[in-house]
Amino acid sequence: MREAFSRLISEIRAGKFVYTGEIAPGKTTRIETLVESAKALGRHVVACNVTDNPRARANMGSLAASIAIQERAGVEAICQMTARDRNRIALTSDLLGASALGVRNVLVMSGDHPSLGDNPSAMPVYDLDSAQMVELVRRMVDDGTDLAGNRIDGEVRIHVGVTGNPNADPLEVEIAKLERKAQLGAEFIQTQAVFDIEVAEGFLDAVDGFGIPVLIGILPCRSSKIAEQIAKNVPGIRVPEEYLEKLRAAEDLNERASIDEKIDQMNEEYFSGMVSELRRTARLAGVHIMGVAYGRIVGRIADGVERKERQDGV
Amino acid sequence: MIITKKKPFETISESIKPFKRVFIVGCGTCSTVCQTGGEAQVKELAERVGEKCVGYAVVESPCDMRVLRRDLAPKRTEVDSADAIVTLCCGAGAQSTADLTGKIIIPGLDTLFIGKIERIGSFYERCRACTDCIILETGGICPYSRCAKGLLNGPCGGQVQGKCEVGGYQRDCAWVLAYNALKKQGRLEVFKKYRQPADRSRKPQEIVTR
Repeated sequence: MREAFSRLISEIRAGKFVYTGEIAPGKTTRIETLVESAKALGRHVVACNVTDNPRARANMGSLAASIAIQERAGVEAICQMTARDRNRIALTSDLLGASALGVRNVLVMSGDHPSLGDNPSAMPVYDLDSAQMVELVRRMVDDGTDLAGNRIDGEVRIHVGVTGNPNADPLEVEIAKLERKAQLGAEFIQTQAVFDIEVAEGFLDAVDGFGIPVLIGILPCRSSKIAEQIAKNVPGIRVPEEYLEKLRAAEDLNERASIDEKIDQMNEEYFSGMVSELRRTARLAGVHIMGVAYGRIVGRIADGVERKERQDGV
Repeated sequence: MIITKKKPFETISESIKPFKRVFIVGCGTCSTVCQTGGEAQVKELAERVGEKCVGYAVVESPCDMRVLRRDLAPKRTEVDSADAIVTLCCGAGAQSTADLTGKIIIPGLDTLFIGKIERIGSFYERCRACTDCIILETGGICPYSRCAKGLLNGPCGGQVQGKCEVGGYQRDCAWVLAYNALKKQGRLEVFKKYRQPADRSRKPQEIVTR
């Protein structure tokens, strides 16, 4: 087995159930807000994903932000890297910089197409795809070379994760694709948000044989409006009517403060129930909690899971 | 076939302004089929340009220098007298015309892609001239021209029920098509195979057999 370079991989290997969070740098030069969010999340998560220009918007770079949260917030980063904007030269270069400055986890993905973003005439690069990015990291870490076989001075100490989508339809194509990445040496899977326990179970079952730890993605929403927008605008996420109903019911109150509390309670109940149920029925390494400006829910869900499992004597 | 589309007449008209005499070259092959640079379109443009137009020719295939030379020979006087040539053909035809005549070229068409034609008005991109065809491995589907990201190990997370998010779920996801085709052929192991990074170093291509 390869050496564990990061807290994320060490804790997974030690059999700890892990939580990861997510921060999304904006189109800004102000890093303080990001560092503050990371600090708040850091109390509950083992590591924090830093997004790489999601929906193809030109924001602050994920590598710079990853280094900032590690150094200023003391939170381990999972630096997301897409193939959209950089060719293999730039990706290799960023990976060398990442390793040199202590970034120990990357999550590779192809990246939303530029035509969906805020600079829609940008050239889509995709010199490599996400599977080939897994190979790139493997070559750098295992062989000490770049893709062309050129020698690297010093060790590259990075773990590479990939994404999976349990909601994918057709799912069999998604699974076949993940099998390919597993064989290439991907070290963990973080998934797109799942709201439905059966969807998560189906996915976990299908990838069980690949021998890679899976972190199921969840996306607690702090209002029904946000949930509806996600259902409508984010392809590949299915938000069940049951969840929307629960949010609407919680919002059916007069005072803002009590609405927030009611929604937090509902999310805690919904997702900690889902997570502890999944832990009982499937092999699950952890949970990846995403959220739109909703960092406070992360700790509640983690605590909720722990409480439930104590009660159930797990 | 090379699929082209007409530039708006206003654009062509604006480009012609500085010149007194123009000649028009059409294409008897691809642009004729696309109805962008055939006999009818060349005549129509000549009429709209009016007296500035000193002549026109629909060359059987203007991208072939031999054919271009042959078909323009009878119009030599008009071509020589022109200040500029409006070409209703693809970029290859337009540049061949420039090479042969040494004239200023006003492109009257935009070249879109190498494609399949179902009928006039229904054109589908099918090839990017990547120089290394792999459709044996992909169920006959070209990922360079049909996957919006040109992935070699797709699909990506942007497909929903086999449709691509680029362009609002109208086009089929190339990789779901490839998966289904290979499954039908009983060759799913080919889908699961990892395809290494391609040579995308693409330099200007010239083949000269000496």
